[in-house]
Amino acid sequence: MRKWMVIAAPYVWLLLFFLIPFFIVFKISLSESEISIPPYTPVFSLSEGWESIRTKLGELDFEKYAFIFSDELYTSSYWSSLKIAAVATFLTLLIAYPLAYGMARAPKEWQPTLMMFVILPFWTSFLIRVYAWIGILKNEGLLNAFLLHIGAISEPLQIMNTTTAVYIGIVYSYLPFMVLPLYASLEKIDGRLLEAAEDLGSPPWKAFWQVTFPLSIPGIVAGCFLVFIPATGEFVIPDLLGGSETLMIGKTLWSEFFNNRDWPVASAVAVLLLLVLIVPIVAFQWAQQRAREAGR
Amino acid sequence: MNSRFTWFNVTAIVLGFAFLYIPILILVIYSFNESKLVTVWGGFSTKWYAGLLENEQLMDAAWITLQVAFISATIATVLGTMAALVLVRMGRFPGRTLFSGMIFAPLVMPEVITGLSLLLLFVAINFDRGFWTIVLAHATFTMCFAAVVVQARLTDFDSRVEEAAMDLGASPVGTFFQVTLPIIAPSVISAWLLAFTLSLDDLVIASFTTGPSATTLPMKIYSQVRLGVTPEINAISTIMIAVVTVGVLIASYMTKMQSARMERDRRAADAAAN
Repeated sequence: MRKWMVIAAPYVWLLLFFLIPFFIVFKISLSESEISIPPYTPVFSLSEGWESIRTKLGELDFEKYAFIFSDELYTSSYWSSLKIAAVATFLTLLIAYPLAYGMARAPKEWQPTLMMFVILPFWTSFLIRVYAWIGILKNEGLLNAFLLHIGAISEPLQIMNTTTAVYIGIVYSYLPFMVLPLYASLEKIDGRLLEAAEDLGSPPWKAFWQVTFPLSIPGIVAGCFLVFIPATGEFVIPDLLGGSETLMIGKTLWSEFFNNRDWPVASAVAVLLLLVLIVPIVAFQWAQQRAREAGR
Repeated sequence: MNSRFTWFNVTAIVLGFAFLYIPILILVIYSFNESKLVTVWGGFSTKWYAGLLENEQLMDAAWITLQVAFISATIATVLGTMAALVLVRMGRFPGRTLFSGMIFAPLVMPEVITGLSLLLLFVAINFDRGFWTIVLAHATFTMCFAAVVVQARLTDFDSRVEEAAMDLGASPVGTFFQVTLPIIAPSVISAWLLAFTLSLDDLVIASFTTGPSATTLPMKIYSQVRLGVTPEINAISTIMIAVVTVGVLIASYMTKMQSARMERDRRAADAAAN
């Protein structure tokens, strides 16, 4: 009986505040936009009785979806979100791998401290960390001042308000998410395997590619999911660091909702974003599940 | 792992940490800048900090944010600990796959989706938006992080200790509070701290779910950041960074102490058994 209650409390909470809201989003994405509060016509309401629900169900339409697919703003937002997230995930991996590799090889007594210093920025505000880059990247910012001072450039580089700044922001903000799973899988590798490879005459780089790298693949996979999925729907980074040319779907959804106040279109954008991400999310869950079962 | 530690490894660590910390350091340094310009160092000054205390709107927002974070982190820790127990100890039950899905999906769910869906729920049930809707929203997304933290600790402790307690006649509830909870306590504390800082930090979900009555600190900072970089924001950011850093250092010190004590107890128990 008590066991049942321990399951029920978080279960009901998540059903109510996580799962059901998605159905509401879907429902509203099928509604008509209207200038009122709230700004949509309800598709159906229970108080009007079953007859009305049936007639209204007949009126359901995918008009908002048709609109999204016909408007280039949205389709190119989706594409460029996926592209930016994919490139940024790859860049994050390139920077995180040597760091995680170095951490896994560091003396054992240093490792907990190194771990803590990777996690620490993750605990400090995301918004503040993105903000910190504005002062560095803008035209009169510190990076340009430094480069002008040493004479590397004669005119300030335009980095701020470009897609490059968005890449920097994503790599910087999500680096701990990549380093932690990588470190966890690298740290587990038995050093004797590498010694064996070397004893059998394998040069270090070959031992790396044939032993270390394959064994770290679970960490790479987990890290890439943890960066790619949230980066695709990122709002703060493209909004603060990117310019008008940087289209990302999180930003489009935000402005559809807050600036245009078109809730049905915003909902349809969210449903489509979820559909785009459902494959990586399910794959991530599956990988997690397998890792958990292997860890038992 | 842990074979040779080469210069290549040292360089990778140094560069990696430089990348992680230099932007934060610059932000902290410039919060003490006398000049209003970001690139010009005008001498040391704490005037921006003094200015913060007089900024009533900012102080109000900070107070609301702390309250939201405190309440939502507490709810999230209780629910998250229960969820972790369900995942690790309850075995199979109908709907388990859906349950673990609902625990892990919010970890990667884009915030704009979570925020929008919760807002539409609150509108649908006609719930007055403001302080409490932010609390509910934050409790929901942070409980999943809390569950993962506690779950990691539950997975690697010896469940035979619990079985022993039950064999000796303890009730399941008694076993949880007298045996399980003391053992997982450090992870429950870190789960609370993580939920607390995530809530403190959140801009997107709070923006969607709030009403006109409640403005949180990140919302306030965001609206000012859009107007440009100012030393005042650097100052408030520095305070937030300092608070979080001190909190994390204390938490990690406590975890260290706890595991050292447990190690000592275990040795003593082993010695007594022999």
